[in-house]
Amino acid sequence: MSAEPAPRIAVLVFPGSNDDRDAALALERLGAEPMLVWHAEGDLPDVGAVVLPGGFSYGDYLRCGAIARFAPVLEAVRRFADDGGLVLGICNGFQVLCEAGLLPGALRPNASLEFVCRDVDLRAERADTPFTSRAAAGQALTIPIKHGEGCYFADEELLGELDRNGQVVLRYEQNPNGSIGSIAGVVNEHGNVFGLMPHPEHAVDPLLGSTDGAIVLGSLVDAARERLLTAA
Amino acid sequence: MKATILVRPKPGILDPQGEAVQASLRQLGFAIDEARVGRVIDLELNGADAESAHAELERACEQLLANPLIESYEIALER
Repeated sequence: MSAEPAPRIAVLVFPGSNDDRDAALALERLGAEPMLVWHAEGDLPDVGAVVLPGGFSYGDYLRCGAIARFAPVLEAVRRFADDGGLVLGICNGFQVLCEAGLLPGALRPNASLEFVCRDVDLRAERADTPFTSRAAAGQALTIPIKHGEGCYFADEELLGELDRNGQVVLRYEQNPNGSIGSIAGVVNEHGNVFGLMPHPEHAVDPLLGSTDGAIVLGSLVDAARERLLTAA
Repeated sequence: MKATILVRPKPGILDPQGEAVQASLRQLGFAIDEARVGRVIDLELNGADAESAHAELERACEQLLANPLIESYEIALER
């Protein structure tokens, strides 16, 4: 396994990000070479994937993710995604991707108005994405959530579209936040941009209760490595 | 020129803040059937006639001040 090349994966850092280092550490343990990239950068380094971490970018002012979407680095991420690059948004990163229009839908305050911080049971609806290839379709995953605004919303038309295209990748077994359709994670139409509210980077060590997060992040590392090898 | 932007959750969008406010008002004895909580943004603009200011603010709402998927907005201009 050590002979396999370590794909570089960018982890963006916004003012207010707080899971950037956890994400980098988790990626490193899963065999990637993480690179922290500051939000003011106009370009991305040569990487196989980009991760937008959790946190409270720009203090969550106005709406979660609404300000971060104007960060210079987001333009670079948009170009990267348009070229088919792999982009993963976790929690606040998911909110940023929705606000930026890179993912469909929006995230609203939890129906309970309470910040929810606990392990949740999820179902992987698809195993044929670059973010879930280490899972089996229908597999149960336990990964923690910690958010106040994770209530996914899509209007009826969009919801129909998501279902038709198979864009719902993760669902909650018990809806913790009022998300429509119990949606916990969605991919874009092309399948190269994925956002989820649960935090896979907090579930990569048995000491923390679950290692199911490694299924998501490990899939991303595999896909980034594959791209590295194909490009070489 | 001053402008006031009202941003509201669209009808049908779950508004837990509004529900909490409604419940509290009812608890206080107010006969409130529904409460929805939005946001007010006060802006000051210079120059520009009302028409172009309105068009400009509409772009500002679409791009940043509101999320058109879940929020509606109203622009009021005041000389």
